[in-house]
Amino acid sequence: MSAVDIAGVAKTYGPVAVLDHVSIDFEAGRFTSLLGPSGSGKTTLLRIVAGFVIPDLGTVRIRGEDVTAMPVWKRDIGIVFQSYALFPHMSVMGNVVFGLNRRGIRGAEARRRAAEALETVRLTGFDDRRPKQLSGGQQQRVALARAIVTRPKVLLLDEPLSALDRRLRQEMQVELLRIQRESGLTTIFVTHDQEEALTLSDRIAILDKGRIIQQGEPSAIYERPRTRFAASFLGDANFLSGTVVRGAVRVGNVTVRCDGALPADGTTVTLAVRPERMAMVALGDGHGDGGNAVMGVVHTVTYAGAVTTYRLDGPGGLALRVFVQNRDGTRFAPGSEVRLQWSPADTVCLED
Amino acid sequence: MRTLGIGWLMVVVGFLYLPISVMMLMSFNASPFYTLPIEWTGHWFAQLAQNERLLDAGRNSLLVATVTAVIATICGTTAALVLGRGTFRGKRLFQILLLPPMAIPWLIIGTAMLVFFHWSGIGRGLHAMILGHVALSLPYVVLVVGTGIQTLKPELEEAAMSLGSTPAHAFFAVTLPGLMQSIIAAGLFAFAVSLDQFVVSYFLAKPGVTTLPVEIYSSIRKGFTPEINAISTLLLGVSMVLVLAFAWLSNLGSAAHERR
Repeated sequence: MSAVDIAGVAKTYGPVAVLDHVSIDFEAGRFTSLLGPSGSGKTTLLRIVAGFVIPDLGTVRIRGEDVTAMPVWKRDIGIVFQSYALFPHMSVMGNVVFGLNRRGIRGAEARRRAAEALETVRLTGFDDRRPKQLSGGQQQRVALARAIVTRPKVLLLDEPLSALDRRLRQEMQVELLRIQRESGLTTIFVTHDQEEALTLSDRIAILDKGRIIQQGEPSAIYERPRTRFAASFLGDANFLSGTVVRGAVRVGNVTVRCDGALPADGTTVTLAVRPERMAMVALGDGHGDGGNAVMGVVHTVTYAGAVTTYRLDGPGGLALRVFVQNRDGTRFAPGSEVRLQWSPADTVCLED
Repeated sequence: MRTLGIGWLMVVVGFLYLPISVMMLMSFNASPFYTLPIEWTGHWFAQLAQNERLLDAGRNSLLVATVTAVIATICGTTAALVLGRGTFRGKRLFQILLLPPMAIPWLIIGTAMLVFFHWSGIGRGLHAMILGHVALSLPYVVLVVGTGIQTLKPELEEAAMSLGSTPAHAFFAVTLPGLMQSIIAAGLFAFAVSLDQFVVSYFLAKPGVTTLPVEIYSSIRKGFTPEINAISTLLLGVSMVLVLAFAWLSNLGSAAHERR
């Protein structure tokens, strides 16, 4: 069952179409990320689910009920903002019981449930502190406890980790994942951080210019991106442009095969290959195993501990990038001529 | 260099406080002619307690300042909320229009009010003074509360609404408490503006019913007595407390925002 159902939602501000007839289902109990650059409409979509923004067109359903015209305070949602938005004049406990009080749950029962939520986010013993007496990470935990304590129909997270520094962010990612799995709350997470989206999500929807470019499981999108944008926004990719000739793609004077379906002969297409799927061998070594291969000259070498990134000049001046695991100590120096080999299974024909 | 700087600051602060300090000291001096050494006495304050005219004026001052502060704070806060949260054409114009009255000389405002109040039948008296003082202090209230509104995150109300608050409940449970510091500071400021106001009060006072600054001025014209020092010392004390409370409150507010 879908917990949240968005159908044909459009929103324009003046001449700008922020959302262009977007439809998407959010499955119950799942963690879905809305991933896109700023201006892609991801935050507007979240605010439409919350009820802060009323769409020009389309409907919003929560658990089957049409809530398009329902005000925020009746929707039974939980939201965590990037700025935390904790009530500064209330204690931690005051913040967390706020939503319970609004639902008529007061006194000892409210405090018991609030304490439970604070335990879930692992922030006990701070009940009487004011938000400004807490660190950024602790404030984030309070905001999360405040949002989940009412067991909302949907939990909305608006870039909640962006204000934290790198280490704390990674720590909170793990926490967020645990809390979401434990609570089983349907969660919509807005982010521009691809790594965050990959790590946390059951599903990802990639947005660009007010449209959903692709949605699915993180691995499905990573393995089979549909467009150039999806391929480069989620992970890195090498792009090879060529023409379809007899079931393969002619890139310069090299023929590249791909496992997926190809359009008709003569069509110009772009192929995407992930940099870690290309293997590098010295020019004389090994021979074609039926896979794809191009020659290249190493341009720059960037050593980063676990992997080394090679930038190469491919055929026809094509710029390529290859990630190689540092396992056996084989390294190529700039200027080396090498052969890049990869499987047709790792070659994706894009739609644009 | 450092001692030189501190020395200079002492000169500046001394320049600010010397006349006032002398006046305060002399309010405790037995000699009415500023003769030294000081002979300590509470005589002038005792005499002040018998001076019905000054005491009446003092009561009027407190009444006018209190009513002014209440009216200006309520009206100014409402205006600041409309300006801060509203989205409408001409908002910027309203914001700009609030500023010039603060720069118009009081003498001119006083004259304009006197003429207008006479023409419109409002007349003179405490009610006219209150109207005048409200007009003087309103822009300050709008400015002070407006700054408070700007530093308050709009997400706070959104968070409250997501938790089940209606907009009205969110306003009273979250926004208003968040603004309380600015509102109290603005009220104190309005009170101080009214309490210290002379020019406009002088123009709008009905003969026989007046406020302390105006009464002090007329007393001096009739002949200086050390009672004036005494009452001025009291007035000064009240003003200082107000200004320091204002500074403390607005400082508290900004410090709290910095840490967020």
